Amino acid sequence: MPLRPMFRLRPVLAAGIFIVLALSGRPGTALGGEVRAAVAANFSAAAKDIAGLFAKETGHKTVLSFGSTGQLYTQVTQGAPFDVFLAADRARPQKAVTEGFAVPDSRFTYATGRIVVYSRDAGRVDGEATLRAGKFTRLAIANPATAPYGSAAVETLRALGVYDALRGRIVQGNNIAQTFQFVDSGNAEVGFVALSQLAGISTGSKWVVPQNLHAVIAQDAVLLKRGARNEAARAFLQLLRGPQARAVMEKLGYGPGS
Amino acid sequence: MLEGSDIWPPVRLTLQLAATTTVVLLILGTPIAWWLARSRQRWKEGVAAVVALPLVLPPTVIGFYLLLALGPDGPGGWVAGLFGGRSLAFTFEGLVIGSVVYSMPFVVQPIRNAFEAFGDRPLEVAATLRATPWDRFWTVAVPLARPGFLTAAVLGFAHTVGEFGVVLMIGGNIPDETKVLSVAIYDYVETLQWAQAHILAVGMLVFSFLVIVAVMTVDRRLKRGGS
Repeated sequence: MPLRPMFRLRPVLAAGIFIVLALSGRPGTALGGEVRAAVAANFSAAAKDIAGLFAKETGHKTVLSFGSTGQLYTQVTQGAPFDVFLAADRARPQKAVTEGFAVPDSRFTYATGRIVVYSRDAGRVDGEATLRAGKFTRLAIANPATAPYGSAAVETLRALGVYDALRGRIVQGNNIAQTFQFVDSGNAEVGFVALSQLAGISTGSKWVVPQNLHAVIAQDAVLLKRGARNEAARAFLQLLRGPQARAVMEKLGYGPGS
Repeated sequence: MLEGSDIWPPVRLTLQLAATTTVVLLILGTPIAWWLARSRQRWKEGVAAVVALPLVLPPTVIGFYLLLALGPDGPGGWVAGLFGGRSLAFTFEGLVIGSVVYSMPFVVQPIRNAFEAFGDRPLEVAATLRATPWDRFWTVAVPLARPGFLTAAVLGFAHTVGEFGVVLMIGGNIPDETKVLSVAIYDYVETLQWAQAHILAVGMLVFSFLVIVAVMTVDRRLKRGGS
């Protein structure tokens, strides 16, 4: 290649070997068990709190991986090392069961999500009128093909009859976390984000979308095949159904599961 | 089923982006490469290091800073304001800026190497023949460095085609504007539309292979024909 060699090889090699050796010991593993959880991006704040609770209650460690539901599901089908799957919809956990990646009968709805039209500018969002007036250049939503919060946003726009008018101004985040980042950095004036992402944010303006404008965002969890014999994974799902987890979710703006 | 209409817009957009980026890179990169090759300033390697940073930095770092720089709080928002916009993120122009930053080392380095390869001698000879610095650059330096320019153009183009992380962070996935090939492939994979993903991915494989063969061929010719 035309790039000139920038380093002499031998010292670099020596440094490389040193680094590999120095890091080869695994960091102290916890005494308790470990749960690897694939978690939909909207639920990241809640999942961290719940993992903290779980550690205090049981001594088990939780390793959380966040992404859009579609992205995580693809990873699960390709043998990703997850024990439990906390999706943002019902379809993917259901599919995981029928396609043999999850334990039948382990599926349940752990929360229902709410979407919010949010802007960091005070006074910009004022109910559905904001969407009808369309006085903005960019509207951020999560990718509707992979993120249920994105498809709920599209349903809302259609229900209000403004989808075709606003279509050309939509920018898509890869998941709800990136969508929030687009709005929070001001690159998009308004966006559909998750209510849970606004916990602790009192500035800006928002409109909590009424639930009759889109299908209920029922978020299902499921025990994956890999976690079937992991006691910690079952205990985690147990806690997720319990009153403590429900309190965390309520605080963050989630509706109850079933 | 496979609809051509879904697959081709990202391909066309990607080629447009890569072509625009390559032209901008050659215009910006040539003076930088010339200065790096000829200057005796001691701090020039500092500048060279800054140009080379994207080789090492993860695209997420570049994407993150670009998102802030292109937005309403950064210079990009100011520029966008001149045209009645708010942010350069989520625009084709924004992607060109991002790609120029990201692919700069792949253009500057080969041109600089080519400028350095022929040494001072040809330029000194030209100077004794009363060629002005401008003439020396265009009639001596540039023709001698032609293989370097070719390599630079091919690498800059190819690297932009292969860009993913930066576009994902500043693009917003808009059809015909920012939904480039690599993002389209990502979308197809994430939604389990693997047939479409395969078509585009195989195309990328073949393209990348051809690019590397081309660069190696140019490189060998440069060595055989050069000093």
